Amino acid sequence: MQVAGFRLPASSSLLLWLLLWELVGRAEVTILLPPITAIAARLVEIVPTPSFAEALAITGQAFFLGNAIAILVGVPVGVLMGRSRIADELLLPWVNLFVSAPLSALVPVLMLLFGIGQTTIVTTVFLFAVWIIVLDTRAGVRGIPPSLLEMARCYGAGPLQCFFKIHLLAALPEILTGIRMGVIRGVKGVVIGQLLVSVVGFGHLFEIYSSNFLMEHFWALLFVLFAFAVLVAEGLAWLERRVDYFAAARH
Amino acid sequence: MSAPSTATATRPTAPSTRPIVEVRGVSKVYGKVRALHAIDLEFEPGRLTSLLGPSGCGKTTLLKIIAGLIPPSEGEVRIQGRPVTGPGPERAFVFQDFALLPWATVLKNVAFGLELRGVPRAEREERARHWIAEVGLAGFEQSYPHQLSGGMRQRVGLARALAVDAQVLLMDEPFSAVDEQTRRKFQEDLLGLVAREKKTFLFVTHSIEEAVYLSDRIVLLSPRPGRVAGIVEPKIRRDGDPERIRRDPVYLDTVETIWRGLKGYVE
Ligand SMILES: Nc1ncnc2c1ncn2[C@@H]1O[C@H](COP(=O)(O)OP(=O)(O)OP(=O)(O)O)[C@@H](O)[C@H]1O
Ligand SMILES: [Mg+2]
Repeated sequence: MQVAGFRLPASSSLLLWLLLWELVGRAEVTILLPPITAIAARLVEIVPTPSFAEALAITGQAFFLGNAIAILVGVPVGVLMGRSRIADELLLPWVNLFVSAPLSALVPVLMLLFGIGQTTIVTTVFLFAVWIIVLDTRAGVRGIPPSLLEMARCYGAGPLQCFFKIHLLAALPEILTGIRMGVIRGVKGVVIGQLLVSVVGFGHLFEIYSSNFLMEHFWALLFVLFAFAVLVAEGLAWLERRVDYFAAARH
Repeated sequence: MSAPSTATATRPTAPSTRPIVEVRGVSKVYGKVRALHAIDLEFEPGRLTSLLGPSGCGKTTLLKIIAGLIPPSEGEVRIQGRPVTGPGPERAFVFQDFALLPWATVLKNVAFGLELRGVPRAEREERARHWIAEVGLAGFEQSYPHQLSGGMRQRVGLARALAVDAQVLLMDEPFSAVDEQTRRKFQEDLLGLVAREKKTFLFVTHSIEEAVYLSDRIVLLSPRPGRVAGIVEPKIRRDGDPERIRRDPVYLDTVETIWRGLKGYVE
């Protein structure tokens, strides 16, 4: 953006929107939209509180556990589908179904299965993240030149060695893309799960804040979650760029 | 086609040593495609045999069956008298497209076969360095495949095959992806290697000149389904100047004879 010959940084449009928000907030148009400065002040106030720390810990735990299980399950299943036609034909319809299904609708069922608590949230994160990891890994494995696997077998590699020394590494760029997209979906999973379960973590705080019309608290918490999601996505994108040199040189 | 009938062409004579590779009645069918039909061949240690034939006649298929990568539909392959059920340490493969690990350095690529066999790091890297130098790539140990030319990549593939010290080297058109000068240099180097290493080389090629230049024996395969159409044993003296071979009248005659024999298929 350029104003009067000055080159402004890319984030300056955001500043404009924040200013507009502040004005609307000050004008007290609606109780739902408090001034942004008040939200910032509230942010500074609630972040150090024990209830926030506790919510953050429990959310982080569900998030990392759910994603870890999704990666540990998704990558091997994707590799299996990429190399075995039978496995692929058996599993692909389901994976395609779930990757685009509105999974939030399943959370109530999960609550019946796993109770109202952390297990349900971990499972929600897992379900949000796993399918895209499977699909991307599968695509990466299918793109491996057959001669690379023949080479490995020829020099004595068993199935396990093929998995760790060929499949994982040869499909690494696609696997990392899958993991990044899975983790971003996982953020949605953890938030939706907590909102629906609403007795643990941020979901519980959201419940308290919104039922008491504590809008400044509510927004402050939302900003924390947004920042968290962006941070996770950027961190993974950075990791992905680091292996890109070899993705470009692969063929 | 009958075996070309000149002084240079002979039927396989009684093997002087016990064959290391025996191919017995091997046929291969892919669905409806009959790729190979009733192949009987023996390969003796210390010799280089070329498989020569038109595109699609099953040369790669035969090599992969011998490598244990694909099972034959009929017949069997024996290595040192034992039937083949899969790949084994006595055989190494050199791939047409090199099949290098793009994420690994030359050193790691050459050591890969040894790594799979559980050879400790220090030892396998020492052996890899030796073979990297042997194929003329000293100084490129830490390079990645994409930083090398096609010819250099194939040298990496060759070094990897040599590093595992297999008795049988299976080479599928190893020089087809490199330019003519590199190819000639390669061929000369390979002759040196055959003379020094006393290994059994099975070499697939499209090129009559290449087959005659390199081989102790040339197996001519017919178009699909591939069968043994003839066997030629060029009696060319390979000591001395490698350039001289290309002017040797026996070399030129043999090329001519094989070409006349194969012409029938082209027309
Ligand atoms: N996996 C496969 N499935 C089906 N058909 C195959 C398969 N592999 C090879 N074929 C067929 O078998 C025949 C022989 O193939 P092969 O690759 O062995 O020939 P080739 O002599 O090596 O040919 P080229 O000189 O072109 O490399 C071909 O007609 C090919 O189409
Ligand atoms: Mg071939």
